[in-house]
Amino acid sequence: MELICPAGTPASLEAAVEAGADAVYCGFRDETNARNFPGLNFSREELKKGIAFAHRHGVKVLVAINTFARAGSFGLWQAAIDAAAAAGADALILADLATLDYAARRHPAQRLHVSVQAGAANPDAIRFYAESFGARRVVLPRVLNVMEIASIARESACETEVFVFGGLCVMEEGRCSLSSYATGQSPNMNGVCSPASHVAYAERDGRITSTLGGFTINSFGKGEPAGYPTLCKGRFASPKSSGYLFEEPVSLDAAVMLPALREAGVTALKIEGRQRGRAYIAGVVRSFRGILAALDEGRQVQTPGLAAMAEGQASTVGAYRKGWR
Amino acid sequence: MQLTLGPVLYHWQPERWRDFYFRIADEAPVDTVVVGEAVCSKRTPFKQDHIPAVVERLEAAGKRVLHASLILVSLPRERRQTRELMQAAEAEVEINDLTCLASLGERAFSVGPFVNVYNEAAAGFLAGRGASRICLPPELPLPAVTSIAAALPRVTIEVFAFGRLPLAISARCYHARAHKLSKDNCRFVCEQDPDGMPVATLDGAGFLSINGVQTLSHGCASLLGDIPALREAGVAALRLSPQDCDMVAVAGLFREVADGRLDAEEAECRLGAIYPDVPLANGFLHAVPGHQHVRKSV
Repeated sequence: MELICPAGTPASLEAAVEAGADAVYCGFRDETNARNFPGLNFSREELKKGIAFAHRHGVKVLVAINTFARAGSFGLWQAAIDAAAAAGADALILADLATLDYAARRHPAQRLHVSVQAGAANPDAIRFYAESFGARRVVLPRVLNVMEIASIARESACETEVFVFGGLCVMEEGRCSLSSYATGQSPNMNGVCSPASHVAYAERDGRITSTLGGFTINSFGKGEPAGYPTLCKGRFASPKSSGYLFEEPVSLDAAVMLPALREAGVTALKIEGRQRGRAYIAGVVRSFRGILAALDEGRQVQTPGLAAMAEGQASTVGAYRKGWR
Repeated sequence: MQLTLGPVLYHWQPERWRDFYFRIADEAPVDTVVVGEAVCSKRTPFKQDHIPAVVERLEAAGKRVLHASLILVSLPRERRQTRELMQAAEAEVEINDLTCLASLGERAFSVGPFVNVYNEAAAGFLAGRGASRICLPPELPLPAVTSIAAALPRVTIEVFAFGRLPLAISARCYHARAHKLSKDNCRFVCEQDPDGMPVATLDGAGFLSINGVQTLSHGCASLLGDIPALREAGVAALRLSPQDCDMVAVAGLFREVADGRLDAEEAECRLGAIYPDVPLANGFLHAVPGHQHVRKSV
């Protein structure tokens, strides 16, 4: 299985390559990619240099242009596709029908991957992308269990790639506008979720309260670490129960699922975190490289504690294990 | 301006669901009615028996009927349901996921608000595949709506004009989770909340609403004050999404405002009596946070 690693900066790209990535994914410094955070991402020139560096080390570079193009401004997305193709990207990661259609027509030789943001969750949807645009790989949404992934991999016209570590969307990716309901900015339109620009912390009666767009997302007592207020991982109240109604502030760590994912026929494993620093990238990539090596040699798989790397400090195998639902 | 009644997103008792549509057929001034289960495949069997009678009644009343597909298709039974719906020759379908395009063949179809159509190129792609109507995602601001409608004069462009805003879909059932049940053994607890289960912030502010695997807004969309701007933008239809209130009266208000017989402000006052205690929202259209209610015209 290939190991696909994030890079938010040229320094992270180099760290990922040196730590043993098979491929690195990154995006341009604008709203065309779904990690459009301040101080992150690549200029055209940085991408060219990054691709040259990676290729010298036998590592591929996949370019994520995976937001949905803003109506009336499709030129920005077309230019990003053209630039990534010209820079020698090994694949483009796309989500929008508009960008997939454009890339397939304009750059027929370019390898296309269907982004997780497209939410292709079954073999029929995947067949649609393969037949319509010649897509070669699909990144599966984090809503499937391993048996379902195995059945997709068996039946699918495309290679499959799954997330194994990092942020965990509990809603189907590409179909969530919770963030823009509270803040006006969403993954699909702006490439951000629960943006820091709309986050505030306040102290009241000895408790720290976090808000997003003015809505209280969580409240912490003395000594409790005040986590980042990602909307779907907040504490709320309903008539039936209160607390983490959607999901706790956990992130994904599917290291223990690697044997099952290999058995399922998955082509590539993806690590989330283009917004994270190079120490995270190097540490996580090296750990997963080690697990994969053990798997290949038939050794007992040790899953080193990556907990300190996880956002929120707690982790889950998410939907991969039946029962999460 | 046409009016479309979207599918009931909640799990209503089968007889109540049937009678709701009977009354819509007899009394509501809507042009198009979307029927079927879009949210949870476990609920489909409850409606199935009543669909023929509902469709017959609606069609006899002169309504155009569309059959909604599921929003999230991952299980084998969901793929099967979707394929069967796409291949049912008599049904005109509204697709809510691109899975449908794999089995639709050459037939014309409508596109529901759960398909990501954010720009004129995506809309054009779907029109090229046979889409004759597109209900745009609720998140889109007016300039985007305008660009898409202008690029596709032959496609009926619709916007989400009334009802709690559908914000997210998941494989996990949050109704079951709140009741400490698993999704597979959910006991259909979602039927206890015919208007969704309210989700408030810890300081008691209304925020969201849970409907099984779907999450909606607490606020209710109302584009009553935006109808002139929408018409100007080329929008040809308004979608009213059923809530647990008098939807015949809601449709009547939208009809009167669209026809220039009732002032929008007065209509929103009356809406507050028909669907009380729920704040109105139109922020998405105005490119501000979706929960906000902007009174000035766009």
